[in-house]
Amino acid sequence: MTEPKPVLEARGIVKIFGQHRALDTVDFTANAGEVHALLGENGAGKSTLIKILTGAYQPDGGELLLDGQPITLRDPLHGQTYGIGTVYQEVNLLPNRSVAENLFLGRQPTRFGMVDRKRIDAAAKDLLSRYGLDIDVRAELSEYSVAVQQIVAIARAVELSGKVLVLDEPTASLDRNEVQRLFDVVRGLKAKGLAIIFITHFLDQVFDLADRVTILRNGRKVASQPLNTLNTTDVVRMMLGKDVAFDHHPTALSGGPKGQVRVAFQNLSRKGLTPFDLSVHEGEVVGVAGLLGSGRTEVARLMFGVDGSDTGQITVDGQPVTIRNPAQAVAAGFGFCPEDRKLDGIFGDLSVRENIIIALQAKLGWFKALNREDQVELAGRYAEALDIRAADHDMPVKLLSGGNQQKVILARWLAIDPTFLILDEPTRGIDVGAHAEIVRTINRLREEGLALFVISSELDEVVAYSNRIVVMRDREMVAELDGDTIAPDAIVQAIAGTAKEARP
Amino acid sequence: MTRPTVDLRPTTQPPLPRQRPITSFLTKPQVIALVAVLLVNWALFPGFFTITWQDGRFFGSLIDVLNRGAPVAILAIGMTMVIATKGVDLSVGAVMAISGATAATLVTNGIPAPTAVLAALATGLLCGLWNGILVTVLEIQPIIATLVLMVAGRGLAQLITEGTIVTFSDPLLIFIGTGSFLGLPMPVVIALVLMVLATLIVRRTALGLLIEAVGVNRSAARFAGLKAGTLLLIVYTFAGFCAAISGLIVAGDIRGADANNAGLWLELDAILAVVIGGTSLMGGRFSIPMAVLGAMIIQAMNTGILISGFSPEFNLVVKSAVIIVILVLQSPLSARLFRRLPGAPK
Repeated sequence: MTEPKPVLEARGIVKIFGQHRALDTVDFTANAGEVHALLGENGAGKSTLIKILTGAYQPDGGELLLDGQPITLRDPLHGQTYGIGTVYQEVNLLPNRSVAENLFLGRQPTRFGMVDRKRIDAAAKDLLSRYGLDIDVRAELSEYSVAVQQIVAIARAVELSGKVLVLDEPTASLDRNEVQRLFDVVRGLKAKGLAIIFITHFLDQVFDLADRVTILRNGRKVASQPLNTLNTTDVVRMMLGKDVAFDHHPTALSGGPKGQVRVAFQNLSRKGLTPFDLSVHEGEVVGVAGLLGSGRTEVARLMFGVDGSDTGQITVDGQPVTIRNPAQAVAAGFGFCPEDRKLDGIFGDLSVRENIIIALQAKLGWFKALNREDQVELAGRYAEALDIRAADHDMPVKLLSGGNQQKVILARWLAIDPTFLILDEPTRGIDVGAHAEIVRTINRLREEGLALFVISSELDEVVAYSNRIVVMRDREMVAELDGDTIAPDAIVQAIAGTAKEARP
Repeated sequence: MTRPTVDLRPTTQPPLPRQRPITSFLTKPQVIALVAVLLVNWALFPGFFTITWQDGRFFGSLIDVLNRGAPVAILAIGMTMVIATKGVDLSVGAVMAISGATAATLVTNGIPAPTAVLAALATGLLCGLWNGILVTVLEIQPIIATLVLMVAGRGLAQLITEGTIVTFSDPLLIFIGTGSFLGLPMPVVIALVLMVLATLIVRRTALGLLIEAVGVNRSAARFAGLKAGTLLLIVYTFAGFCAAISGLIVAGDIRGADANNAGLWLELDAILAVVIGGTSLMGGRFSIPMAVLGAMIIQAMNTGILISGFSPEFNLVVKSAVIIVILVLQSPLSARLFRRLPGAPK
């Protein structure tokens, strides 16, 4: 193998959003003739780095070099002129124009000032044949599968730029054969000497296609090395943070005498999610580990009735209940802190007080209004219990920090005196101090006898509060660990899908 | 699980200091705007504030503003709640025509007036329910969903009246449009009662808060266990009901149902009244009394232009100028500017 030739280099990139360092002195090098996978969980800084590499964001520190020369990219269009092209998960072409038009949009060959349709069609056909695609280029793009559309998008990006190709989760909506087809195209481009940056959540695809991997975690580069020096377990470990001391919470570890079964889900399923059985006891935290896209959020949504289930029964305290929508789930005493706090959680313009009492009010119905004194008391009580720091409970909740907003949503569910609480990434995007408080709160709620189901990408965190850990992979619950078997290596291996023999 | 939920201990916090209601009301831009418009009217027409008692009722330009503004005010009461849910109802003008046509056609066919009134109100409820179903069940965007009835409604009204202007002389219907109670014109009384009732219902129950929650973030409302669909149905049905009342008033006023012109473009005045009243088209916080005040500002301008002797062509231009001033006063920009002034509330 010849010495890799760097095409696009990022050195010491820093990007700051408000108080938050999204990227902290990150180095990244894309070499010619290499597929370089960029990995990391949500919020690790992948998309920020990509946006800087393509010119969509300007870095607050560090520099970009193209073929050894420093460059400054004003915007993605400017990046394109330097030879940096991007293909996104959602094809951003024009579905109602022909394939040929999409390929040559903005640079159509003209004849006497008119678009020369014949030449476009011929050139398009010729171009796509180099990608092994023999299709009618005069047909509308939307008539073809997403895989074909992706290849058209790649062809266009390569035509326009031709040095660096960024593939941002291109396989997310493709089936297995389509993925292979796409990969063949990418391998062809690699052989031609393009530097390819590949972002995905699917580890098997990374090992299938990539030569080199860079792993980001919390805005920092964890590793950047050739892939043949690593196995899946190493990669998962680095993504989820292996260096953390796993201090298992004592009451969680001992397990202790479990309470009654609080909720039981039997054979619950929905299209695209393997049926699962799960019961959660009083005073128990069931943690969920798994990479993004493993189906963990889907499970939570199914439990709470956000998505309807195709099969399965749910029982609460031994009584069967029907949960087809969140209102029924709330009536059954369930609470759900969703992953996307801003979109699905908070009512930004409503006050802290109203945000806390809203679920209880919805449960009581519109007629039985909580009067102002009740509201003030409830908000005061839970704000104090969870240490919600707000100058005034009448201020809009959108003015609070992320950690305090999360506590407000938690308070909202505690106010209905829940039987079962689902937390999806309760500590995402909140600062370190609030992070520790949320973990403590989860532990306290468990000790008070609540049944909890907690999803988190942070392994150390899941271990810190879970009595049991369910591991998800490929939209299926693949392993369940409890008591002494809760160990970092076991979780990492279950996520990576490797045999357990490597356990120390 | 022993935590009480509704059995609440006495509050440990001192009650929050609240601004005195009167002061905060008088410093609202809407109130200032209304006072300013009224003062301009007075300057143009010195007799503007004169109110006389005659034949057992009040007369005067000010009473006239209230009376003429009542139909839009009533529409605005329903519209406020629709807009609070981040929706809009374009069909209220057409529903007015349907309601008037229904009542007029029934009484001219010998149906007793109370039955005709109830039937007209029922058609309003049905029209509102139809809008609500389009918005919630079929999930059509409110502006399009209600546009259907805005266009089709006038056709329906014409079908009911068979293309003619149906005139009537029924005393009850005429009383609704032109009668008086305690010296005040009936439309004003109806608008006031409806405003007070609607405000009490939404604020004494949790309806107002739930509507605001749906308007602020419908997805979060769903996750919090709110039945957003039911709320939207209620809100659109209520808007239809309000439109039906307005339709009865307008028909009673002219003693006839004009399917083509009754309530024409009034949906736009109603939306404007709501926006002037400070309810954002983005949904969320709403105030019914403020929307009614907005309707009064609009009518005070209309009346002012009329009595000032300006040619009616000026009407729309002057109106839009005043509206721009009010909207600028309410904008975040002016809020920032005012905050810099010493002594301004934080």
